[in-house]
Amino acid sequence: MGRGGLVTANVVDRPVAAAANRSTGFRAVVRRVRQDRWAVASAVVIVVFVVVALAAPLIAAVTGQDPYGYHIDALNSFGAPRGVGGGISAEHWFGVEPLTGRDLFAIVTYGARTSLGIGIAATIVSIVIGVLVGVTTGFFGGWYDRVLSRVVDVIFGFPSLVFMIALTAIVPTSFPKPVLVVLVIGFFGWPSVARVVRGQTLSLVTRNYVVASTAMGAGRWHVIRTQLLPNLAATITVYATISIPSMIGAEAALSFLAVGVTPPTPSWGRSIGDAIGWVQTDPMYLVFPGLALFLITLAFNVLGDALRDALDPRRSNR
Amino acid sequence: MTTFRFIAIRVLGAAVVLLVVAAITYALFMLLPTNPARAICDKPCTPDRLREVQAFLGTDKPWIAQFGAYLAGIFTGRTFGSGASVIHCAAPCFGYSFQLHDSVTNLILTRLPVTASIAVGAAVLWLVAGVAGGALSALRRGTYVDRTVMTIAVAGVSAPSYLVGLLAILLFGFVLGVLPTSGYVAFGDDPVGWFTHLVLPWCVLAFISAAIYARLTRGEMLESMSQDFVRTARAKGLRERQVVVRHGLRTAILPVVTLFGLDLGSLLGGAVITEKVFSMQGLGALLIDAVHTLDLQVVVGFTLFSALLIVTANVIVDVVYAFVDPRVRRRA
Repeated sequence: MGRGGLVTANVVDRPVAAAANRSTGFRAVVRRVRQDRWAVASAVVIVVFVVVALAAPLIAAVTGQDPYGYHIDALNSFGAPRGVGGGISAEHWFGVEPLTGRDLFAIVTYGARTSLGIGIAATIVSIVIGVLVGVTTGFFGGWYDRVLSRVVDVIFGFPSLVFMIALTAIVPTSFPKPVLVVLVIGFFGWPSVARVVRGQTLSLVTRNYVVASTAMGAGRWHVIRTQLLPNLAATITVYATISIPSMIGAEAALSFLAVGVTPPTPSWGRSIGDAIGWVQTDPMYLVFPGLALFLITLAFNVLGDALRDALDPRRSNR
Repeated sequence: MTTFRFIAIRVLGAAVVLLVVAAITYALFMLLPTNPARAICDKPCTPDRLREVQAFLGTDKPWIAQFGAYLAGIFTGRTFGSGASVIHCAAPCFGYSFQLHDSVTNLILTRLPVTASIAVGAAVLWLVAGVAGGALSALRRGTYVDRTVMTIAVAGVSAPSYLVGLLAILLFGFVLGVLPTSGYVAFGDDPVGWFTHLVLPWCVLAFISAAIYARLTRGEMLESMSQDFVRTARAKGLRERQVVVRHGLRTAILPVVTLFGLDLGSLLGGAVITEKVFSMQGLGALLIDAVHTLDLQVVVGFTLFSALLIVTANVIVDVVYAFVDPRVRRRA
């Protein structure tokens, strides 16, 4: 990530726009994606991570561990894990966390819940707001469109990462942190969704079937529901896939800076942040959560790219 | 519409955006939280003492007056309290930290060299590497070179900068032992030390952006090189090199410049993470510390300062664009 425009980092550079004469239906997109073996492999990786996240207690139970229990006996007198690779053993598959001896395999497994849960929830927040604003501004136009464009200007003027960090100073500690992270990340993500959806809507409203529907006396919301949204579905799906890795990255970055999800809730980003002081003595403490975060982000990015290329062959990589 | 009028409208629009950002930020951080006066009121905090502190801070006045005083402070400076205990905060006053006993402007200025050193070096690096990589990839489309660059790029987009940074520290700092792992050395004290301490942060911060720029440049290059004017340029017998640089790249670079302008403004955010990885006491560390010590004056001042950078960068990009591409002026 490493950029202030954190949430939109990956989506700003190549906006999604369906080619005019190509089918942008779901089936056509899926058919094209299925021919790309990297995209298929990425989809498999994503499914594996989702299963791990859902079945985290079961998977951790296989090793008889949980992410909260301390194992001081697995540490030496300096607080570093005993044994090779950060204390890898039959009991602790990924070794243990320095200072506490918590099982790293369980932490990484449960971390998938935090990462995917927050990433997907924040994406839903930004997509829902973005689609709502995008469709209505594109369809209604007028002063409503102008006012919301100004709102978007203001949001783009906000230093999003700085603001997210700053917010943690004033939000009461009783407010659940994961919810706060979802809302904040999701909130800064919607303007770019709205921009894309608005553009698509503007081109859709000139199509004959939309004009015909309006001419036959269909209400505005009826047109939006039955004519516009179904035609936007593929774009929205692709956009959601592209946004998820940015959202996951944003959560991890906040947790890395110790202003995201609070301990003891496992978070890959926070583990990596904690690993700063242990890079020399216990590099595996960095490697396992880091690898998990990298893999899931990579998988979403590769799949998102393939979906986008399927939707818009002009920008094809291959 | 004249260029001058276009610029005037953009600057005015930017000023309005800044004002709204300032109002929201101030309201959120200074008016919502429980009394900021209580935070710096001495421990027994008698009601009399609290009133005194409130008068000193100006928080006894209505919110609109408080916000007005804050905004005025940015232009004319501000004085807290009166008599013997007076504290003056010179213009531009973005607030005064009663914990660090210094104006937010001063605090930002003392930390700025660190962050600017990281940011500028990284920006140069990623712009050069990203554009060169992307252009090369586009010209060698479908070849081994293209696939290699694009594979590195997609990995780069997916790898969090702090992870790359920590792995780089492990490799170059601890295993090979060729580079320092943390800290900052001022250029004036030791130029070589300044450089060696910054090489890793530059690469780390630039890595991800370079990947994004390579992908963007490649896409734009593929599009521009298939345009009619490139065929015309070839047909009139220009050398391939001239066709690529003067016609292909020149068209493709425009969106890259836009993105670069936006990124420069928001680079401060990215530097926060890099500073933590390399334990540098820059602006990011200032913000994180302020958040943990609940120093709201610094938090608000810092947020506004970053917003100022972003909005200024946006205006500069728009204006540059208007000079390069006349269509933009007409659309506005």
